Amino acid sequence: MRFLIGALVLVAVAAAAPLFVRLEYFYFAGFVVLQFIVLATAWNILGGFAGYVNFGTGAFFAVGAYTAVALYKWVQLPIGLQILAGAATAGLLGFGVGLLTLRLRGIFFSIATIAITIILETVVMNWTYVGGAKGLPILRPTEMPLYFTNYTQWLFLVMTGIAVIAVAIARYIQTGWIGRGLRAIRDNEGAAECSGVPTLKLKLAAATVSGALMGAAGAPFAQYLSFIEPASAFSLNYAINALAMPIIGGTAHWIGPVIGAILLGSVQQIVTVTISSEINVLVVGVMLVVFVVVAPEGILGLWRRHVLKKGGS
Amino acid sequence: MSALLQIGSVSKHFGGFTALDQVSIDVAKGERFGLIGPNGSGKTTLINCISGALINDGGSIRFDGEEISKLPAYQRTRRGIARSFQIPRPFGSMSVLENLIVPLEYVAHRGSLHLADTRSEAMEILQGMGLADKADSLSSSLSQVELRKMELARAMAARPRLLISDEAMAGLSSNEISEVLEILFKLNAEGITIIMIEHIMQAVMKFSQRIVCLDAGRIICEGTPETIVRNGDVQRAYLGA
Repeated sequence: MRFLIGALVLVAVAAAAPLFVRLEYFYFAGFVVLQFIVLATAWNILGGFAGYVNFGTGAFFAVGAYTAVALYKWVQLPIGLQILAGAATAGLLGFGVGLLTLRLRGIFFSIATIAITIILETVVMNWTYVGGAKGLPILRPTEMPLYFTNYTQWLFLVMTGIAVIAVAIARYIQTGWIGRGLRAIRDNEGAAECSGVPTLKLKLAAATVSGALMGAAGAPFAQYLSFIEPASAFSLNYAINALAMPIIGGTAHWIGPVIGAILLGSVQQIVTVTISSEINVLVVGVMLVVFVVVAPEGILGLWRRHVLKKGGS
Repeated sequence: MSALLQIGSVSKHFGGFTALDQVSIDVAKGERFGLIGPNGSGKTTLINCISGALINDGGSIRFDGEEISKLPAYQRTRRGIARSFQIPRPFGSMSVLENLIVPLEYVAHRGSLHLADTRSEAMEILQGMGLADKADSLSSSLSQVELRKMELARAMAARPRLLISDEAMAGLSSNEISEVLEILFKLNAEGITIIMIEHIMQAVMKFSQRIVCLDAGRIICEGTPETIVRNGDVQRAYLGA
């Protein structure tokens, strides 16, 4: 109930933001942070809860983005349907990746997800309808929805909605029987199966939901930039960020990726503006190394240890 | 007594190696059944085939009259076959209680949403095993004997009709062995059929009503504990020469 109220308040604030904040950059940067909340949360459903580390976030993101672009170019599909379509195709890809878990575990699974990214990127590079390797400029719709005067502000609200839905789904999964089943798989897949957990079904479900959410995050990408090209849509940065954010925030709880995404996402935006856009990638690497060494359970782990210590003494 | 588990000429090969060669065993309802044999004789392969961790190449496995040899492991657990593991496999990030909630939720209480009932049933099982005071401890912090008991408790949480105990006493002291034996006797008295795989001979001889000895994937002897210890093939398999 508290979660529902919090979520509604957040969406309301995002909807009302144009009345207070006029600075355009706020929406431009905020969109990216929200997008990372979705990607990190989605990654964590398979990577954090079930323990299958996916390096292919870029593939899911780009599949969502290119599905939206193709349908927009073809029939001028509205943004809401673009997102649903992007989520559907990326969800299908997720289902396929879920099937890989039948035979591949640990690092082998992760390598396979990188391979998928490279294959799909090559396919898109040779797909001229969506611009191929050159990319494709996108003309945003000229009519503004609702009371909005600026399309980026509208996309900011849309991404807030996706983020709230993504986090709600992750929370639902984590706190219920599905989450316990996924944790059992992460801890010991053989013992989970012998405890009655249908491991393949759960992994397929987790991979599909995770992929669909990544696709939903990618669908508005071309509208946001008014342009799309394969190198940035399939960027390895998405994979690295989507993995670093939950690890820095904490993978055991749905709030972990949110904390990680807000922290890392904001720092990256600030660094990009104040120092350089090259350094912002370095920031991720350095923070990831520091957290893996100092706080392997992320910010949540630090906080728990701190609270436990207080309670103990 | 009618057979609960019927294993009919089950074979299993790993490449060119024959781990199980036409093994046939019937286990009756309510029986205490012992499975022994030297290392590498195929004991664990056999119970992996029964529990579904491996799929046998040939032969049939029937549980309560139903052919199960092609079913995935979780389906077999739901039909009433539970096991413990030779090397304990706790869900290390969960508390002892949560370890039991997983099978309770996925087998016994499937579809019900009352976590409170599930918790109280898990607590009951832990009390029966003498682990109630460890309910909230992280399972990865347990001692060896506690881990063994938790494995049995987790298997029991799936409400099995057949419990397979894979070397549940390995590495335990003699006091601890009698504790675990007592638990297994108690479960059997409640009507659960038990297959015990064990290297500790006093334990398996004391526990079993009937024993099968495997060697190199074949049954070399079957009978009461007395006939087993007197059998020449068994002595050769264990002592050599």
